[in-house]
Amino acid sequence: MDVRIAKVRKEFDRFPALHDVSLDIHSGELIALLGPSGSGKTTLLRLIAGLEMPTDGRIFFGDIDASEKTVQERNIGFVFQHYALFRHMTILENVSFGLKVRPRSSRPPAGEIRRRAMELLDLVQLSGLEKRYPNQLSGGQRQRVALARALAIEPGVLLLDEPFGALDAQVRRELRKWLREIHDRTGHTTVFVTHDQEEALELADRLCVMSQGKIEQVGTPDAVYDTPSSPFVFGFIGESSELPVTIGSNELLLDGRSVGLPASSGTSGPARLFFRPHDVELTDDDAALAGEVTASRRVGGTRRVEIEIGNNGQKVEIDLPFDHPAGQRSRISFRPRRWRLFDVKPQA
Amino acid sequence: MARNFRSPTDESQPVQLLLIGLSLTFMALFLVLPLWAVFTEALKEGLGVYIASLQTPDAQSAIRLTLLVAAIAVPLNVVFGVCASWAIAKFEFKGKAFLITLIDLPFSVSPVISGLVYVLLFGAGSVLGPWLKSFGIEVLFAVPGIVLATIFVTFPFVARELIPLMQDQGTGDEEAALSLGANGWQTFWRVTLPNIKWGLLYGVLLCNARAMGEFGAVAVVSGKIRGQTTTMPLQVEMLYNEYNGAAAFALASLLALLALVTLVLKSVLEWRFGDELAASGGRH
Amino acid sequence: MAATSLKRAGWRLKQPSVIPGFGLTLGFTIAYFSLIILVPLIALGLHSAGLGLVGFWAAATDARVLGALRVSFTTALFAAAVNVVFGTLIAWVLVRYRFPGRRIFDAIVDLPFALPTAVAGIALTAIYAPNGIIGQLVAPLGWRIAYTPVGIVIAMIFIGLPFVVRTIQPILEEVSREVEEASATLGANRLQTITRVLLPSLTPAILTGFALAFARGVGEYGSVIFIAGNIPFVSEIAPLLIVIRLEEFNYTGAAVIASVMLLISFALLFAINLIQAWSRRRYGYGA
Repeated sequence: MDVRIAKVRKEFDRFPALHDVSLDIHSGELIALLGPSGSGKTTLLRLIAGLEMPTDGRIFFGDIDASEKTVQERNIGFVFQHYALFRHMTILENVSFGLKVRPRSSRPPAGEIRRRAMELLDLVQLSGLEKRYPNQLSGGQRQRVALARALAIEPGVLLLDEPFGALDAQVRRELRKWLREIHDRTGHTTVFVTHDQEEALELADRLCVMSQGKIEQVGTPDAVYDTPSSPFVFGFIGESSELPVTIGSNELLLDGRSVGLPASSGTSGPARLFFRPHDVELTDDDAALAGEVTASRRVGGTRRVEIEIGNNGQKVEIDLPFDHPAGQRSRISFRPRRWRLFDVKPQA
Repeated sequence: MARNFRSPTDESQPVQLLLIGLSLTFMALFLVLPLWAVFTEALKEGLGVYIASLQTPDAQSAIRLTLLVAAIAVPLNVVFGVCASWAIAKFEFKGKAFLITLIDLPFSVSPVISGLVYVLLFGAGSVLGPWLKSFGIEVLFAVPGIVLATIFVTFPFVARELIPLMQDQGTGDEEAALSLGANGWQTFWRVTLPNIKWGLLYGVLLCNARAMGEFGAVAVVSGKIRGQTTTMPLQVEMLYNEYNGAAAFALASLLALLALVTLVLKSVLEWRFGDELAASGGRH
Repeated sequence: MAATSLKRAGWRLKQPSVIPGFGLTLGFTIAYFSLIILVPLIALGLHSAGLGLVGFWAAATDARVLGALRVSFTTALFAAAVNVVFGTLIAWVLVRYRFPGRRIFDAIVDLPFALPTAVAGIALTAIYAPNGIIGQLVAPLGWRIAYTPVGIVIAMIFIGLPFVVRTIQPILEEVSREVEEASATLGANRLQTITRVLLPSLTPAILTGFALAFARGVGEYGSVIFIAGNIPFVSEIAPLLIVIRLEEFNYTGAAVIASVMLLISFALLFAINLIQAWSRRRYGYGA
């Protein structure tokens, strides 16, 4: 099912949490709401679920305006960060709950409920644990029960709030892969909230990067990573280095010297240069970014070098092969292979 | 657009009001009304009678005895409470859980039985009573019996307040103090005691309220000798049974005031130092 | 060296620790407990045991004793049942809703812990006696509250209420909103969430509160005797019968009733511990 969010605004006690957010979620896609804490991503998820009501704006499920519907009527599956399993119920009872509380007219017979719950437990690879209580399971198992429980009501949309946030790194990675598999198998429209960019990049079909109650950029992981649309996105997704530069007649200038990068359009004046530390090339050319190595450390298969550039002592980081001799030199010249220019931050 | 939306975890306004109304009515009827009755009945015949009835020699002696009994029983139970919680919270030993259960035992004993056991132990038919009497020591129908019965019923108050608190605090602070060269006493006085002072005060408050107000256990051992072995609650009963309602309620109003002061101090402690009280605070 | 390693293998009372004072504090604790609690209780046990099994049985099944026990237990049962309903409600309202005076009402819940039982007893009697403020209201209907078993129940409600509220309150505070939201997202309406999710998760606490209030009611003396009427077989409670036996210098008779009551309260205490252990093991939280 498509989900369309149209100019939704949300205020808590007059404090704005979301500013006129619009987003189209395509049927069957796995989309990540990514942002730092306080960016409004969880609020947006809860608005879709109907756990909160928007101050303004509408939310459509398919062609139907769901804005006025209660959470019960929306038929969504919600997975909570801390699982929110019912501790006094067995795993089987947890998964069956959504079907058992249906009104008599639409409630499947008991045998059918049990069959479906067992099927779901099989799907989440928890067969044989149906008589256990949540307290007797590990964190990863609990999260899988939470997912099975949410799927049991055959939701139109599956919503996950930081689903792996409370798990340790190893389990996180396993569950991530596994969630992708489940999604590919069941095809639910899925929205999940995370603050972990690695998780979002690996798992999602599309990312929706949020900051301060606004959507910064929506796109595929490649598009967002390769062509970030704002300094925030550049800084938030992946690693980045930033330098203040000036746009000259045809090229970029640092402290009045050319850095060997062409400037595209007719705009001129101060600007912010962004590039990825690993996406640089060393050069002997005079027109380059040059500076003194102030720190150097081995990071996995590469060497991360910190360089002080320009008169104001701006520090940037670049990656070199770990055995590259330049890593030891005190002076280095380089040019980013790919870069982006942004306007100087407007005064807030 | 902010429709009449209700969060899925809230009841509707009318339901909330109904439930609040029901609860408060119940509490007003069963808790507030008796308190109100004590003071209105006490002042029914005017302030003059009220003050006069508190100034009778019997009332004065009951007040003095109640203060004396509390002044003995509470400190003893404080020493016990601190010792027990030190042993239980700072060490791991076999039978600890059982010991904790034992300490709570007096709570599940009827006050009358708490008095009765001392009657059986020191009464006329016992071995101990006549033997002590031969040395001129009277326990039963005398102050020592009243003190013993009071200690029995207030036994767990301080300990059960301190045990969870000290268990929460662990042994880190004490180990640090010891590693810095402090000896055991210094560690207790300078490190442990400051950590538990509010919890201790809380326990003392509840212990004291119960010690001054205990009726059943004391009634059994006191013999109710007017002016000698009647505590305030016993004096209240005697006056009430003599159809001297105003005097009974006058004395009762002092005890009710004590209860109110206890509640206020207790709430202040919970409100102000909630973090430094045990998680189970308020459960007795 | 050899000695310590040998010791390690053997039975040991306590784990090693650098903190001093174990012997002193545990020794004092056990000595004080023995003197104040244990020895007197043993005296009671010996006194009853002196009767022999047959004698004990005969004394315990005396008609008046049975009558008093019946009165104590049935009234305590009623009071605990009322307290479970209203105690749960009050705990709910105090935890969930915000209204003016909430703090004050929260503090007042503990009044029965702080107010001496004799004071509560005469105050309740003054209210519910036929000429009292509530007694007057029901008297024209031909109802009597004071000096009947109903009065006993009322006194027991008074003294038992905080046990229920204070047992449920902390558990209710811990229930996360997420669980209720989860229930709502699965399609449950508010009533279903309350009856199927919230109340069952409170069951161990409710049971514990019930048992505590019940045990307290059974043993209660001071607040009950004034309002009870104390008519044998009708409104004479077991603790009062103990006092009556003592006044008759029938120490053995008193000891027998006390032993029966103690056995029952220890059984209750045991049941409470079982509930909590079971709840902790299965659900991961106590009560």
